[in-house]
Order: sequence, then structure tokens, then C-alpha cells
Amino acid sequence: MYLRRAWAVFWKDSLIERRSKEMANGLFFFAFLLLFLFHFALGPDRARIEMAFPGLLWLGFLLTGLLGLGRTFLGERENDCLEGLVLAPGDKSAIYLGKVAGGVLLMLLLQVFLLLLFTVFYNLEMRKVLPGLALVGALGAIGFAAVGSLFAAITAQVRARELLFPLLLLPVVIPLLLGAVAATGELVQSHSLSAARHWLALLAGADLIYLTTGLLTFEFILEA
Amino acid sequence: MKTGRLLGWVAAIGLLSGLSVGFLYAPRDAVQGNVQRIMYLHVPSVLTGYLAFGVVFLASLAYLFSQRSRWDRLAAASAEVGVVFTGLTLVSGAVWGKPTWGTWWTWDARLTTTALLFLIYVSYLLVRGMVEDRERAARFSAVVGIIGAIDIPIIHFSVQWFRTLHQPATLLRPQAPTMDAPMVFTLLLNVGAFILFYVYLTRMRFRLAELEEGV
Repeated sequence: MYLRRAWAVFWKDSLIERRSKEMANGLFFFAFLLLFLFHFALGPDRARIEMAFPGLLWLGFLLTGLLGLGRTFLGERENDCLEGLVLAPGDKSAIYLGKVAGGVLLMLLLQVFLLLLFTVFYNLEMRKVLPGLALVGALGAIGFAAVGSLFAAITAQVRARELLFPLLLLPVVIPLLLGAVAATGELVQSHSLSAARHWLALLAGADLIYLTTGLLTFEFILEA
Repeated sequence: MKTGRLLGWVAAIGLLSGLSVGFLYAPRDAVQGNVQRIMYLHVPSVLTGYLAFGVVFLASLAYLFSQRSRWDRLAAASAEVGVVFTGLTLVSGAVWGKPTWGTWWTWDARLTTTALLFLIYVSYLLVRGMVEDRERAARFSAVVGIIGAIDIPIIHFSVQWFRTLHQPATLLRPQAPTMDAPMVFTLLLNVGAFILFYVYLTRMRFRLAELEEGV
């Protein structure tokens, strides 16, 4: 029952996005633009880009994710949907779980797209690191979506939303960025995850902590 | 208000005596010279900052469970004072670092952790300022206060590993293992005075919030 309610929220959001494509189109284009910015910021030297690849990948992911996750609850402002969510029976954290699931899906799609862009435009060899990168990416996406959805719920009702969301989210997700960049760096260097095992543990631990906190506190935010 | 004034005087006397003991009684450090005396400001501020953020965490939890606005006022007051003390820690550390390490700032694990903590609680204060509705601001900031506190261990480990794995600390060498007894005394005196000062400031800030809301 609980999971079904979470699924309903997730399905509703995905359906809206699939039909309107309001956010996805903009985000994919933004990711594309970022790639150009990175290129001009670092210059044409390929070695430099290769060296900075883990950081660039996650920075691009962080920035596009920031735009995407900030909109998690915006749709609910129309037609008093937020009210409807508050009135929905049962545990409110199911709504949060559904929103996080939607966020994770969006983040994963963005990751695939960004990786594709990096492979094509910077001509990087990805095949060997791909399985490891998928794991790091998934762990990063979960943590990012977990805090992001929580803070998006907070900022959805604030006037200076666009400003407040990154100000809240960035300091908190810096450890995630650190872990993901370090793990990706190890992966690129040694093609194996064993050297980055403690980073994966850190990411998984952070995911768990953020998710639990979100599940426990979401109700207070929604009903505020 | 009487207790408040008394507390203020005790804190003031404590700070003054801490200062004079730090300059007149505590011996000059054999290696670092007089610069080392910044420690009597630096260490108490960081400890007080941590104490303040601990209070924010507990008060935020208490607010979410009880919905009583006094816990929220306590969290807000403590966060404000904590940010000031953490800022003081960063500044005094930089002033000490320049002559000792030769640089204002280095991306050492401890420095980075403290700076991140500072940023998180500044954003905590920003939420309070940007949400107009009183109760909403209280709930939102309580959640941010809780996340900020539980983020501390994650920050700590990530930053620690990031530094130690990539390059050994070149600037930060462990301090002398033993500290001279007068130095320990001076440090403890200052820590005590700072904590009193923190209690005094938080109390004042708490009272001010009450007056603002007309409690």
C-alpha cells in the first residue's frame, strides 16, 4: 500500500514529464551548453580535459541536476495540487519516496546523456569504466535526489526559490560530489573499483542517511 | 533579566581575565613565538561553535516533535551565535596560519570541514530570513538544522580521505604532543569564558526573538 502510493506519485510525475517534455528538453540542452563552457574554460588541450574529466562530469551533473531537482515540486503549485497531497490519506513520506524515485530517474537519464556527450565530443574511452561508473553514478544520483527533493519541497513555497535552492543544497551535497569525483578518478586511473571501495561505502552511507532523514522529516515540511 | 545581566558580567570578566592570562601569564611558545597565543581565541571559538550547532540540532529535533516555538527560538539564537563563533575560528585560524604555515588558507581536512559547517549554517540562517511565514520558517529551518548536523560526519570522512589519499599533509604537522601546564590552564579558562559568553549571547538573542514576537 505504502509503495503503491509512492509509485502513484512517481508515475504521475513521469507521465506529466513524458507528455509535456517541459523539463527534459531544457535540461538536455543545458547539459550540452555546459560541455561547450567546459571546453572554452579549459582550452583545446585534450590531456587537460582528460585529467579534469571526473570533476567535469560531476560538475556538469551537479549543475544540470540543480536545475532539474529544484523543479520537483513546482508542478504541485498549480491547481492547489499541494493541498491535495497534504490531504491524501496515509503516511506522507510515501510522497517523498515517489518524488525521490522521479528525481533518481531524471538524474540517471542526465548521467547517460552527459556521458554520451563526453564520449563523443572529447573522444574519451569509456567502455572499460562503464560498469563501475554506473554504480558510482547510481549512488550519487540517489543521494543527490534524496536531499534535493527534500530541499525542493522547502523552497517550492518560498519567493526567492531559485536563489535559495542552490544555497541550501550545495553545501550539503559537497561530500557527495567529493566522493563521486574521487571514486570516478580512481576508476579512470585503475579501471577497477577496488581502490575506491571506501568511497563507495561513504556514498552508500550518505545515501542511507539522507533518505532516512528525508522520510522522517518530509511530513513536517509538507504540512507547514 | 537579572540573571542575564549577572551572566553578562561574569562572561565579560571571564573573557577579560582569559585575555590577560593569555597574554601575560601563559609562556611564549618555544617554536611559534607570540603567534601561538591566537590559540586561546581559536580553540575556544571552534569548541563553542560546535556546542552551538549541537544545540541547534537538539532544539530543531525538539521543535519538530513538540511544535513549541520556544525550541525554534533557541535553535535560531544558537545558530546565529554559532555562525559568529565559527567565523571567528576561520578568521583567527587564517591570521595564525599566515605566519606559521605561510598561507592564509590551505585545503586541509579540518579547515575544509569547518568552512563547510560555516556555509551550511549560513544557509540555515538564509532560510529563516527568506521564508516570511513564521511557522513555516521554523519548520523548514528545523529540517535544515537537522540535515546540517547529520552531515557533519559525512563531511568529516569525505574531506579527511580526500586529503590523505591524494597528498600527505605538507603544512599541517601534528602539534607538540604535550602542552605546558600554564598553557592548558589558560586554554581551559578561555574555553570556559567563551562558553559563558555563548550562553549570554544566545540568551539575549532568544529574549529578543520573544520580544519581536510579543511573547
